[in-house]
Amino acid sequence: MSDLIQLDAISRKVNSQERLSHPLIRILISAMVIIGLWQAIVVIFEMPAFILPSPLDVFDRLVERHSILLKHSWVTAQEIILGLAFGLTMGLLFALQMLLFKPMKRWLLPLLIASQAIPVFAIAPILMLWLGYGIASKIVMAALIIFFPITICCYDGLRNTPVGYLDLVKTMGASKWQMLRHIQFPAALPALASGIRVAVVIAPIGAVAGEWVGSSEGLGYLMLQANARMMIDEMFAALFILSALSITLYFVADRLLKKLIPWEI
Amino acid sequence: MGMRMSVDCRSLPVDNRAVSIDISGGYLRYLDVAEATISDLHLTIPAQAWTCILGRSGCGKSSLLRYLAHLLDDKAEWRGELSTQPLCDLKGQIAYMAQQDLLMPWLSVLDNVLLSTRLGANIQTGDRAALKIKAQELLQQVGLADQAHCLPQQLSGGMRQRVALARTLMQDKSIVLMDEPFSALDAVTRYRLQDLAYRLLKDKTVVLITHDPQEAIRLADRLYIMQGKPAFAELLVVPTSETPRRLDAECVVLQQTIMTRLEQDYE
Repeated sequence: MSDLIQLDAISRKVNSQERLSHPLIRILISAMVIIGLWQAIVVIFEMPAFILPSPLDVFDRLVERHSILLKHSWVTAQEIILGLAFGLTMGLLFALQMLLFKPMKRWLLPLLIASQAIPVFAIAPILMLWLGYGIASKIVMAALIIFFPITICCYDGLRNTPVGYLDLVKTMGASKWQMLRHIQFPAALPALASGIRVAVVIAPIGAVAGEWVGSSEGLGYLMLQANARMMIDEMFAALFILSALSITLYFVADRLLKKLIPWEI
Repeated sequence: MGMRMSVDCRSLPVDNRAVSIDISGGYLRYLDVAEATISDLHLTIPAQAWTCILGRSGCGKSSLLRYLAHLLDDKAEWRGELSTQPLCDLKGQIAYMAQQDLLMPWLSVLDNVLLSTRLGANIQTGDRAALKIKAQELLQQVGLADQAHCLPQQLSGGMRQRVALARTLMQDKSIVLMDEPFSALDAVTRYRLQDLAYRLLKDKTVVLITHDPQEAIRLADRLYIMQGKPAFAELLVVPTSETPRRLDAECVVLQQTIMTRLEQDYE
């Protein structure tokens, strides 16, 4: 039996080492392959710089304009993070409400689906009107776009607590609140974690779309400006930073979730 | 809801916590089914002894146990007489052990044992350190002192069920209801766990549900066989030797008798 445990511990360790090093290496390798292909296309088809700049031009731009790029990245990053926090809180509260007040669910579910049926981009101009051109409207955009996956994942997780767990704590005399706090909520965490993983990837879409519709700073704004001035290399530089931001965010969130939920399969 | 005494047993003196249960004319029907699951049930569950209820799966024996554990209060209708000696409400007296170990995967082994101390109306907030020491001692008794800080997923099936046993003991109730807790284990692990449970639950009133005649014969001070539709229980005579029994010729004869009886149930 102890051999089994040892084996289990070793395989765990190997797994965690794989988690540590492999994704980064894989990303670097695939990035290099894509950049290589890109450079090849530029060279072979003699692409003009205003259609497809060479990766080297983009890199030059990144270095040359780094302070401006960084300033706008910071704005977008703030929008994404705050949007995530806001959307996450809303989603959690919504899911809890649906769980605790059964009749509420019948009223809230159509609202929830409507919030997804209307494309976020369609209501973006209205949000600008109401919340102004500043950071607030983008935060709401990002929050709206992640609201649905968070709510559904969290609600499913809370609803699908194994019946045996609930029966056991009932025989221990647990109150409704104790059941929620000690059993249902922790049991829902792995499901919630999947929701968060999805949310982290799509939240930047909401933020950048918001910036396109109307803003005076942020990476989306920078891209529109660069496009208008035919500075395609700067557009690509902004795009590169945006994807780097998303990927970093995803892996940070993933690592954090694995730390916090070690029992997740 | 039938005859349920509502005197609280927790106020009984500690040495008077040997509780026996008597059921006569028991009738149980799930609210969403027309037909009764159990009918005309007569059971005597003596204090501080093992009562085994044997039956094929789906015969209603788990329903009986779940009813006793108050898990069917809003799902089933009960008629008949259920009395305890001394008079008390079963609710505060019961610890429940299921077929699955039901260890919470997010709690360490030690915290799983401590689970019951965090739940209920009278949470034992007092001396957490003392509770911890008690839980450690129980883990020691089931031979898992070194695994106290592991997560359940790091343990084997038999170890997990031993943690569940420690958790049950931590509740320190006078009645322990066991719903096939050993059935998912391999033969040797099961045998050893039966011995361990027998030793540790010596002063408890134990009701063990099982579909394994050998397990029932080994452990029963009082043995019922449950069959029919709706199900009723019949008392069988068990060997006079001391439990946990060694499987001698007498046991084997009894096992064969039970097998023949159970087989009829399938026809």
